[in-house]
Amino acid sequence: MAGSPALSQPTGLRAWLLSAEPHSRWQARLGRAYLGWRSFTKNHLAVLGLGIVLLLLFVALFADFLAPYSPIAGGDLRTQRLLPPSETYWLGTDDQARDILSRIIYGSRITLFVVVLVSIIATPIGLLIGTVSGYLGGWVDTVLMRITDIFLAFPRLVLALAFVAALGPGIENAVIAIAITSWPPYARIARAETLMIRNSDFIAAVKLQGASTPRIIFGHVVPLCLSSVIVRVTLDMAGIILTAAGLGFLGLGAQPPSPEWGAMVATGRNYLIDQWWVAAMPGIAIFVVSLGFNLLGDGLRDVLDPKAAK
Amino acid sequence: MMKPLLEVEDLRVRFHLRTGTVEAVRGVSFQLGRERLGIVGESGSGKSQTGRAILGLTPPPGEVTAKHLAFDGIDLQTASKRTLRQLRGGRISMVMQDPKYSLNPVMTIGEQIIEAYQAHAKASKAEARDKALAMLEAVKMRDPGRVFSLYPHEVSGGMGQRAMIAMMLVTDPDMLIADEPTSALDVTVSMEVLRILDELVSERGMSLIFISHDLKLVSSFCDRVLVMYAGRVVEELEAKNLREAKHPYTQGLMRCLPTLANDVRPLPTLNRDPSWAL
Amino acid sequence: MIDIQNLNVVYGMGRLRVDAVKNVSFTVKQGEAYGLVGESGSGKSTVLRAICGLAPVSGGRVIVDGNQVTTPRSKEFYRTAQMVFQDPYASLHPRHTVDRTLAEPLAIHSVKDAETRILQALKEVGLGPSFRFRYPHQLSGGQRQRIAIARALILRPKVLLLDEPTSALDASVQAEILNLLDDLRRQMGLTYILVSHDLAVVAHLCERLLVMRHGEAVEETSSGALRTGKASNEYTQSLIQASQGFTRNSSPAAA
Repeated sequence: MAGSPALSQPTGLRAWLLSAEPHSRWQARLGRAYLGWRSFTKNHLAVLGLGIVLLLLFVALFADFLAPYSPIAGGDLRTQRLLPPSETYWLGTDDQARDILSRIIYGSRITLFVVVLVSIIATPIGLLIGTVSGYLGGWVDTVLMRITDIFLAFPRLVLALAFVAALGPGIENAVIAIAITSWPPYARIARAETLMIRNSDFIAAVKLQGASTPRIIFGHVVPLCLSSVIVRVTLDMAGIILTAAGLGFLGLGAQPPSPEWGAMVATGRNYLIDQWWVAAMPGIAIFVVSLGFNLLGDGLRDVLDPKAAK
Repeated sequence: MMKPLLEVEDLRVRFHLRTGTVEAVRGVSFQLGRERLGIVGESGSGKSQTGRAILGLTPPPGEVTAKHLAFDGIDLQTASKRTLRQLRGGRISMVMQDPKYSLNPVMTIGEQIIEAYQAHAKASKAEARDKALAMLEAVKMRDPGRVFSLYPHEVSGGMGQRAMIAMMLVTDPDMLIADEPTSALDVTVSMEVLRILDELVSERGMSLIFISHDLKLVSSFCDRVLVMYAGRVVEELEAKNLREAKHPYTQGLMRCLPTLANDVRPLPTLNRDPSWAL
Repeated sequence: MIDIQNLNVVYGMGRLRVDAVKNVSFTVKQGEAYGLVGESGSGKSTVLRAICGLAPVSGGRVIVDGNQVTTPRSKEFYRTAQMVFQDPYASLHPRHTVDRTLAEPLAIHSVKDAETRILQALKEVGLGPSFRFRYPHQLSGGQRQRIAIARALILRPKVLLLDEPTSALDASVQAEILNLLDDLRRQMGLTYILVSHDLAVVAHLCERLLVMRHGEAVEETSSGALRTGKASNEYTQSLIQASQGFTRNSSPAAA
């Protein structure tokens, strides 16, 4: 982690980072980042959340090395089926005699895929619509906000169901369905922030320098809205993961045999009483990762958006 | 000499922040009798925090200590919450800078004055109403009955500030702390407000602490002036002797203002000597 | 340099119609400093905003540097006239360093050698290169206002529109900024329009001034006349009197 060496050796680097007279663009930017990092680490739960999210990232990246068995090919169906957690199978095996740990490890890739894809689709759409509508106002605002209202009126899971029913089941379609229902809140946040920023003197000042409207929106308004939207996206991640898992559970998300956590819980429910670990282990994974994103979001809010924290 | 109404000795206000402790007021001492005392300083000099600390209105992370802090013989540091509540708004009142933020936006001006009155005096609704109307008249509202039923956003800044003064003086306090009472107002309006304040203070024999950044204004309004710099009182003088100010900071503050009377160019600026802050 | 004839600014319509400025005319010569004085609601700031396009010109004409202004204003206009705002805490982008703030106008107008221009601009307003990479929260109010002035000057405009540039500052800092503005005008031959409620500030910086009230021009006078107390208008007189400080047994003229 970037800040830890600075914490252990306080004098040289820290003084450089906290300098009141930075000598370069980079020093100023790093100094700011360091201050943010310092207030972030004050919140221990947020650091835990960051740890969980980084762990997810690490596991997904190195799944090939970390997983002891194949996530798809099972073992001997007569002897290795539904085994309880043991030294050979740390988290037990499922009804196809596959190692649950390996499946969870590979499943993290799917979870990460969902999270990343939804955020890179929904965040820019929300930001763009929100800032444009807030900055331009008038009929543009009315039209864009009514569109937002329409999307806001769709129940996320039902739309996802309809979408998947139309396009066929699969994780990609589920992601698209989630993404198009999750941007409206971001647009609303960005618009509210923009309305406050729009009339401030520093925007008037850049207008008087002859800046074009896109330049003002992207160079001056968006950076100020970005932080509160990022906080909101992070806090929403838990919900997105749950929705994706829910779709998997209903058999509409990732298709077997892919090791999606929601689908794993779904298969486990047949053995819930006698072989609890089949459903519980992926359930715990979903729980931990959702919690991690929530804690991280809370911590980010304290750093990026001090107004909302109060 | 009469026993002073307010005694302040070695008042300190500290704020414990993440980056360290900031001392906003560093050992201020003064006594206040039946007089008008001005506290002057630039932003960050601790003048407002001094006023707030006396009333016990220091915002949360702040910590107030003093060797002695007494109002009319009552020790404000050891007094119970109940006593403090009774003093505050009853015998000590405060007028803040901007009436927009200190009046309740969802209550009419009349209701607010009645509430302030009934909180400290046992009075029937009708009595309180009469008192409130009389008070609005005392602050020279042209049509007290109409202003009585207006909401704060329906009146101008000058009227709002006069309503605020009416509300603060309805309980006949012994001491009024006015923190920049006119800096949000236009010059001609602020002269009017000050004139009303001046009359009321002298009629009722109140003590006044007038906090402002405007040395010229304070010295023309008050009897005695404390000049604050970096949390300390650097100079205390009679308002009429302001021209004989000794401290270079006071002198600098007086000279750096452009005046209509003489055209000085360039304006003398203030060379802040670090030793002033010691 | 600046010629304003019968300027009207109207906001809203029907019952909500507000005539913020009514038939105001004045001219400012090259290199002159002209003051607009009045209390809040007098329309003095609106005149300034109408000149630079932040408020609509509903009637009359505005000629700057020989050209009638167009809506929206052209890029050349912004190279001719720049504005300094009242509150230095609100007029700088909170997430931009001084460097970025000063580089922005240069980038918009594709000016080359931004590097030297930025350093030069900092020097002109009396700040060293050490201020270049600071964020606004690392600056005092006076330093921020200096940055705002540097930003306004970096395109080398001929006209500077000053909207209460010192009213948010402490008295001693106000003196520094007024001296700076005075020096810059002489060095660069700038034309100023200064809006202020403070007669003394206007008299200090400007040669001529227009007193405004309720959106209308009350009288045009000179700072010399103000200093000698030779204002013909009653309202101007009351302003002069109020600016002298509180007087105990004065006539109730101010009311």
